Amino acid sequence: MLGKYKVSGKYRAVVIGGSAGSFQAINKILAELPKEFPLPIFMCLHRLKHVRNGFVEALSIKSSKPVVEPYDKEPVKRGQIYLAPANYHMCLELGNSIALSTEEMENNSRPAIDYTFDTAAYVYRDRLVGILLSGANRDGAYGMMRIKQKGGLTIVQDPQESTINAMPNAALAQTKVDMILKVDEIIEFLLELDQACKMAQM
Amino acid sequence: MSTELDIEIADIRRLTDLIKDKYGYDFKDYAMSSFRRRIKRVIELYKFKTVDKLIQVLDTTPSFFEEFISEITVNVTEMFRDPTFWRVLKEQIIPNIILNHDRISIWHAGCSSGEEVLSMVITLHEMGFLDKAKITATDIDTAIINKAKTASIPLKNMELNQRNYTAAFGSESGAPLNLKKYFRDIGQESVFDKSLLQNVTYRKHDLVQGAVFSKFDLILCRNVMIYFNQTLQNAVLAKLHESMFKYGYLAIGSKESLIWCDIANKFIVVNNEEKIYKKIKD
Repeated sequence: MLGKYKVSGKYRAVVIGGSAGSFQAINKILAELPKEFPLPIFMCLHRLKHVRNGFVEALSIKSSKPVVEPYDKEPVKRGQIYLAPANYHMCLELGNSIALSTEEMENNSRPAIDYTFDTAAYVYRDRLVGILLSGANRDGAYGMMRIKQKGGLTIVQDPQESTINAMPNAALAQTKVDMILKVDEIIEFLLELDQACKMAQM
Repeated sequence: MSTELDIEIADIRRLTDLIKDKYGYDFKDYAMSSFRRRIKRVIELYKFKTVDKLIQVLDTTPSFFEEFISEITVNVTEMFRDPTFWRVLKEQIIPNIILNHDRISIWHAGCSSGEEVLSMVITLHEMGFLDKAKITATDIDTAIINKAKTASIPLKNMELNQRNYTAAFGSESGAPLNLKKYFRDIGQESVFDKSLLQNVTYRKHDLVQGAVFSKFDLILCRNVMIYFNQTLQNAVLAKLHESMFKYGYLAIGSKESLIWCDIANKFIVVNNEEKIYKKIKD
């Protein structure tokens, strides 16, 4: 429990949600992430529903490690970065696997951030970190509330910095989130989380 | 979704036990995360507030059960979903089957409102093979089977369907493809040309409890098994396998995989991008 953010080493997973205006922030975060970052990261980013290819490749270019779009029932690997595939919701299952769904759009989105966050909160409970970035609608607000209710740690990108701040503001209005951070601070936080988890697992 | 209702595994267990006892359907091995959300959705839709109330209504009101099935099954579909899949089907898979058999039997397992069936009929018709085909379309949900039989598509979905169709079969230089020529608009629906559906049979069938009923050259079961856990995926895949001729084809959803299934070695991958498999062992 040292450092600026006093991060605990109890966490087992990170979820990140983003929409319009979050691509640069995501790129920056992935580029600065330590290669040996120990936790799985599940990213749900709004994307074109009918363009299956290209996005994961674009995100991988600058990332310190590869980003993968999981298959249904794929076992979760520590330190892996997962991206919700086009036109599927991505959810977490008990027993350490990922499931996909073609259910109705939520908040006009498939993949929907609420879906990933809600199921991750159920599985990881107080061992989950949720990060919500810039975006144009209110997807993620419900999911952040669920993470908070289950005892997880909630972080919203500073609306002042967000290109489009509807999404951060919606989450802030619904939930008393733990931290409001700029992208550079989110990176600092993740570096501290990296250290804390490695210490705890030693 | 907006409520803060928490549904625990014990609640789901009581619900699936009741359904099994009273109605004979087995939802025990549905994928937990999506099933829990479907249940929550039903509870919100009917303002039941608790799982216990839902269980009580299911226990005392048999007429509600069909409605319940309709609400928890997922019926999101579109024509020519994953256009590149349809191109591979048209250029490689169907010609291969016809070459060897001169006939083609197809099963749409979990056909929902039938968009995939119509896509198949159009594909076969344009290849000149429709009269060689026998198509069976099944679903667990009676209401959606009845909907599929009407072969009508909401007008508002036709723009997306046309876009998929063009992406699947259009060439950059060729004449523009017009999906509408197969339809007649009536009110808010586009109704498919029924004369093309003579070789199509729709029937109710539950992949989980239902028996193997025939053998096929090609089975499409796309984005259906994602709602099952690994145990149930194994069981259903065994049934699909039994329902296929040797060297028959199985197509699953673009983000599904057989690699974690226990009889994966009885199949080979024919096209990994489009998730088309071939049965190589009985």
